[in-house]
Parts: sequence; C-alpha cells; structure tokens
Amino acid sequence: MELLDSFIFITLIKAAVVLAVLLTTLAYLQWVERKVIAHVQVRPGPYRVGPHGLLQPVADIIKLLTKEDLLPPYVNKPLYLLAPFLAISMALLSISVIPFGPMIKVGPVTTWMQLTDLNIGVLFILAVSSMGVYGIALAGWASNNKYALIGGLRSSAQMISYELPMSLAIAAPLLISNTLSLRELVMSQAGGIFHWNILHGPFPQVISFIIFMIAAFAETNRVPFDLPEAENELVAGFHTEYSSMKFASFFMAEYANMITVSAMATLLFLGGWMAPWPVAWGANLVPTVIFAIAGVTALYHGANPARKRDKLTLPVFGIIFLIIAGVFLLPIVQSWLLPLFWFAAKTGAILFLFMWVRATLPRFRYDQLMGFTWKFLFPVAMLNLLVTSFLVAWTTK
Amino acid sequence: MDVILFLIFAVVAVVCAINVVVQTHPISSALSLVGVMGSLAVLYLLLGAEFIAAAQVIVYAGAIMVLFVFVIMLLNAGAETKKGRSYLIPGAPLLIVFLGLMAYYVQRYLFPESAVVRFGGFTGGGPKDIGNALFTTYLLPFEVTSILILVAIIGAVVLARKEIE
Repeated sequence: MELLDSFIFITLIKAAVVLAVLLTTLAYLQWVERKVIAHVQVRPGPYRVGPHGLLQPVADIIKLLTKEDLLPPYVNKPLYLLAPFLAISMALLSISVIPFGPMIKVGPVTTWMQLTDLNIGVLFILAVSSMGVYGIALAGWASNNKYALIGGLRSSAQMISYELPMSLAIAAPLLISNTLSLRELVMSQAGGIFHWNILHGPFPQVISFIIFMIAAFAETNRVPFDLPEAENELVAGFHTEYSSMKFASFFMAEYANMITVSAMATLLFLGGWMAPWPVAWGANLVPTVIFAIAGVTALYHGANPARKRDKLTLPVFGIIFLIIAGVFLLPIVQSWLLPLFWFAAKTGAILFLFMWVRATLPRFRYDQLMGFTWKFLFPVAMLNLLVTSFLVAWTTK
Repeated sequence: MDVILFLIFAVVAVVCAINVVVQTHPISSALSLVGVMGSLAVLYLLLGAEFIAAAQVIVYAGAIMVLFVFVIMLLNAGAETKKGRSYLIPGAPLLIVFLGLMAYYVQRYLFPESAVVRFGGFTGGGPKDIGNALFTTYLLPFEVTSILILVAIIGAVVLARKEIE
C-alpha cells in the first residue's frame, strides 16, 4: 500500500506506459501514413509483410537496426553524434506534459492520465520545441556536406520565422481560458462543442486555429513546407549523411513532433478529452457506433473480397472491431476509455490532415515560404490576438 | 535534493561558461553558451520562478542563440588559428583572485543575510505574479522598455534597408 501510493512508483509506471504506447504509435504512424497516401493515389500501399502490411513497421525497425552505421570521415564528430540524440530527446520530452484524460481510479490508486501538470505547461512545450531546432541545424552543419548545410540553414530560418505566428496563435485561446496549465485549459472547455476554444465566445478562435495548423506544418518540416529535406534539390537535406539508427532518430523525431503539435491543437482548440456533446444526447455511444460500422463494413468486404487474401483477413478485422465496439459499452472501462477515445480521435483527425495534405499539395518555393509568414500570417495572427484580448477585456468587465 | 541539483547545474553552468572562452571554434562556443542558458533556467526553476525559467529557454536558448548559430553557419566561420597560451600564466591566477574577491564582496556586503532567497522560499515567479508585477508596480518601466525595444527594431530595419533607386 505504501509502495503503491508513492509518487515515484506511480510516475514510473505511467512513464513506462506512455513511452510504450508512444513508441508503438510512432512505428505504426508510418504504416498509417503510407496506407493513407497510397489510397489517396489509388494504390494498395504496404501489403506483403503480414495481413495488409501490418507487420511492415516491425520489418522496418529490424532493417534500420541491422543496417551498417556509417561515420563519414570529414564530419565534426561530437556534434554529428549529438544532433540526432538532441532531436529525438527534445521531441519525446514534450509528451510528458500532455494530458490524455481526466482523473482515474486504478484499484486503490487515484491518478491523472498525465505524467505531470506544470503551471507553465504551454510554455514548456514551446521551450522544448524551440530547443529541437538545434538537432536539425547541427546535423546539417556537422555533416560537412553542402546539401546537408543548406537543409539545416533552411530549417532553422523556417522554424524561427514560423514560431512567431504560432506563439501568437497559441496566446489567443490562452486569453479565453485564462491559464497556462494544459490540464486547466481542458477543464475550462468542458460542456460540449460550443465551449471549445475554437467556437467559444467572446471571439471564436477559428482564425487562430488555422494559423496554428499552418505554422505546425512548417514547424514539423512537413509538406508543403518540407524545404529542409526537399529531395529533388537537396538529396535528403539535413540527414543526408546519416544512416541506420541515427537516421531513424530523425525520422522518429519528425513523427513525435507531429503527434505533439496535433495533441497541442486538440488541447488548445478542440477541448482535449471532452466529448463534443453531453452524455444525455448519447455521446457515450459514438465509439460503439463507429467501431460497429467499421466491423460490419469489414465483414461485408470479407464476404465479397477484392483480393484473395481478404477472404480471411477482413472477417478477422471485422470481428475484432465488433469486440472493441462491445468493450466501449462496459460501464467499468467507460470512465477512462471514453476520454481516451475522444482525445485519440481528435488528435488522429489532425494527424490524418497532415497525411492528406502530404498526398495532395506541392512544395512552396523558398521566397514564398518566407513572404507568406512575415507578410501574411504574422499580421493576421497579431490582429486576431488584439481583437481577442479587446473582446475578453470587454466581456469580463 | 535541492542542494544536489543546485550543485550539479551550477557546476554545469560554470564549466560551460569557461568552455565558451576556451573553445576555438565559434559553433562550439555558441553551443556552450546554450548550455549556460539551459543550466541557468534550471536554477531559476529550483528557486520556484517557473515563468522566468521558461522565458529564459524560449527567448535566449531558443531564439537568440539559434540566430547566433544560424549566422555562424551561414558565414561558415572556421576555427580560430591557435596562438600561444603564454598569457594564461599570469592571467589565470589573477582572474581567480579577482572572481574570489567579487564573490566575497557580493556575498558579504551587497546582499545581507535577510535579503537572500532560499530554495522554495520564493513565490513571485509564476505567470500570475509576473503579470501582476509587470502591469501594476512596474507598469511605467515596462512600457518604457517596450518603446525602447521598438525604437531599436525600427532603427535596425532603417539601417539595414537597401536604398531603392
């Protein structure tokens, strides 16, 4: 009992759970991205390793671990080795303040579904993400390669420029919620979709949300702002000279940053783990309905298979989905599974947007990228912040 | 716990600060400076000044030093050519004596025992306290500083602008 209640024990367990889930998500996000882009472009995507390519991430990890770890002769050795470590650790650090759900009871222990709640949580994430720039910039410089150097320079210039509209866009919903702690931020948005900061009075933060999302694409170096690794002019950009697990760390850092900004958008604008409408109107049934529809669809396609292998795999998926749909109806698990479902659904929707955009849009030109943020995003974000602060001051008086 | 963390990060800060001067390559010096900023932020955090710690990392380590590193990378500055280190022989002892006297004076006369902040005994560092202090007690200095910075920014833009003919 003494041990179970101790702060360190609970925190260690929570950290282990969060890390395991996060790393698995990172590996499978890659599979999801390849599948989504493939289906947008009307191809099947990964299909050979395991049913529907589901074991592809495992194969990728084994491949990356067993590749030869090259150390090019003319690199600046300490910085070359430090850069991927810096990138991945800063990317993983910010997950420690993200709240996934409300207070829960596991046996005798009551705890929050969050590693730690800082009263400067939002600033902590900004600080950590601004330190993440060093990983990329140093990788470009230490590689002693002209393509890597240009990639590193582009990325540091781009990240400094887009940090401004991003911070201004974050400040506006903070004014409405009147807190910097991520947990209190979500609590202040309780009570349905019209209490979320994106639609909440006195000034709905739609503009701010759009600016935040655009800046988030640039901050994570994703299409259409992926100039640091523009493959048709810079080979692979800042990670040209990296191989094996060092390359994998940059890759994981990019996906971890994607998860962090999606979670930030969910927490700041979309009400975190809160359901979009009250329980009285059947909010608790939504996950069951979604998984039931998915299960029935999979069963139908299993009965009329497009490919030979689907005859076996799709019915199995269908039955698994139906079981999950049933699990969501159990009252014992509902208290912690439902908030987790809403948080994952909102974050997942934004992650899907990242992939959708990657499959659809071409890349910006460099001068367009810089002109866009300094001449358009920054003034609009400033104006939005001014109007918001004026209206907040007006209505609270 | 507080004391152990303080000692660790104080040592890191001092070692990084010495490293800024000792390193011959500008990038290594700049990164050591980032190390100093980071350990200072941890020291602020230990004192209970969360907001100042976050601002320290965001503004100094995350923005200003990134610009430093960016410019060094852009100009592709090479390592300094090594000169003799003979000036260290009289310099180092003098420096140590000077710093020791400074530390003694500051500790003994500048801040009397009653004005010293203890770990955990300081409560004015949260976002709310900083906001209240800036917009009530120190409103005028805050606004004057803002105008000063604005003037400096406009001055920099005017000086750097190319004349269009």
